[in-house]
Amino acid sequence: MDTTEGGSGTLFVDPDADVARAWFRTKSRRLESKVTTVRDAVRDLVSDGAYVGVGGFGTNRIPTSLLHEIVRQGRRNLGVAGHTSTHDFQILAAGGCIDRCDVAYAVGLEARGLSKVGRRLFETGALQVTEWTNAALAWRYRAAAMGIPFIPARVMLGTDTLAKSAAVVITCPYTGIPLVALPALYPDVALIHVHRADAYGNCQIDGITIADEELARAAKRVIITCERLVHTDEIRAHPDRTRIPWYLVDAVIEVPFGGYPGNVAGEYFSDEEHLRAWMAADTDDASITAFVDRHIRATADFGEYLAVCGGLARLQALRAEELMSIPRQDGVQP
Amino acid sequence: MTAYNTTELMICLAARYLEDGSTVVVGTGAPCAAAMLAQRVSAPGLMIMFEAGGVGAQLPTMPISVGDSRTFHRGLYAGSMAEIMEACSRGMVDYAFLGGAQIDPYGNLNSTVIGDHDHPKTRLPGSGGANDLASLCWRTMMIMPQDARRFVPRVDFVTTPGYLTGPGARERAGLPAGTGPHKVVTDLCVIGFDEETCRMRVERTHPGVTREAIAAATGFELIWPDDVPVSEAPTEEELRILRVEVDPYRYIIGRA
Repeated sequence: MDTTEGGSGTLFVDPDADVARAWFRTKSRRLESKVTTVRDAVRDLVSDGAYVGVGGFGTNRIPTSLLHEIVRQGRRNLGVAGHTSTHDFQILAAGGCIDRCDVAYAVGLEARGLSKVGRRLFETGALQVTEWTNAALAWRYRAAAMGIPFIPARVMLGTDTLAKSAAVVITCPYTGIPLVALPALYPDVALIHVHRADAYGNCQIDGITIADEELARAAKRVIITCERLVHTDEIRAHPDRTRIPWYLVDAVIEVPFGGYPGNVAGEYFSDEEHLRAWMAADTDDASITAFVDRHIRATADFGEYLAVCGGLARLQALRAEELMSIPRQDGVQP
Repeated sequence: MTAYNTTELMICLAARYLEDGSTVVVGTGAPCAAAMLAQRVSAPGLMIMFEAGGVGAQLPTMPISVGDSRTFHRGLYAGSMAEIMEACSRGMVDYAFLGGAQIDPYGNLNSTVIGDHDHPKTRLPGSGGANDLASLCWRTMMIMPQDARRFVPRVDFVTTPGYLTGPGARERAGLPAGTGPHKVVTDLCVIGFDEETCRMRVERTHPGVTREAIAAATGFELIWPDDVPVSEAPTEEELRILRVEVDPYRYIIGRA
């Protein structure tokens, strides 16, 4: 295949499928309990300099407790996949944890606005940046999940997004059309929050899966936080509902409300007031650092963070907003 | 006649272009509001899709995120980002509906940086799914307010492909044939794209807006056909549904 054109961005992660296979060969397939704590999982499985893939969608089903613990333990020089990375990116940026980013969408907080601390990382050159798109990152995970070094696609072509990526343009060997070759993305560790998991790491997700099935299969290590830890019998009763099977998973921690202040479908809505408090503090380095000190570094764990943010009463209000605020339609379209 | 602001105008007029029975992937904000309005007024069978995986939701309120639980509320399918993007890539999605920070005469969009990429004056969020959707969906619709800072001869960074450098450029780059920008709905006019040159062509002016005002709000020459009709103002019914059902908290329409 001819390589006709390529992006000038840095490829942060080795796409070599045989190197990855050698790693996956050593991964345990035994049914053994992986239940641990947030503190131990981050201490043992997230090292300085690691490349991290975060599950969910910015403020939806994000693994907040793990992100906070990374800040608490002072991890440095992490790489991140900015696959609609919004509040998750804001946490890691505010914690001073990141030095490189494969960016499809970061800095933005969707309809809520922009993170200034995230923006400063890009504007001051503190971050190494390679551009991608959301589909490109999802498909890069898929290539890794398939055990192939790249996957062809028809996005990014002709744009500056391609020019600042680390992708190359190839010619289709069958039809002769130009295609973008997206390199496999094997994160060192994936952080994913799910609705239910058993002790072995079999995971159920209610609603959209975003790119989490691909991410869990691409990452060398996977840390799962779940709303509820369930008995394996519950998994075995509905094996079709297992989105992430145990052999992908290295650690499981039950963290109720673990996606707060984001939305977890069918559990609780996002805490817009608290997300606005983050934005209000996100004006300059001193202000956001003070906020992170108070909410994350000064709290021992995620339970204390939830208490600082209003505790059970606040969480019940968010549960009511998720479950009770919409009138039941009973077949009648609103 | 009920008064309306410019955001309400853009949403109401954009909604009229979404055909009943078609499929559309929408971004947050005004595009989502327009699709919701279309579903309630003229296109009850419009199938709204969100890039995070939600398909066919009966949206109870405006989603805050294109991945929040509203995006698959009473939906037909809670899928994944790959499934949505692959449906676009297969050719099954009629419309992408986007906003943007900067646009050029060929409909190329910038949502990445203002200034030089490696030393940006302002960093914006990036492509997200915009590049993918505008590459792969049959027609790309855009909503954005029109001024000379946004409508520029050259965007600082081509995040998302319009017609790139002109006729044939998309196909030469490898983008699927027959795709590209369709309409840009602004607060001043509706813009289409000239078939020969792939450059922006004014199709309708909004009520009370002069050609001079449009020229002053555009950093390049627009093509003007001899006869440019005036847009029909939002109806009472469109405005009522938009305000009461689509965006009762004025998240989007309160921004004008």
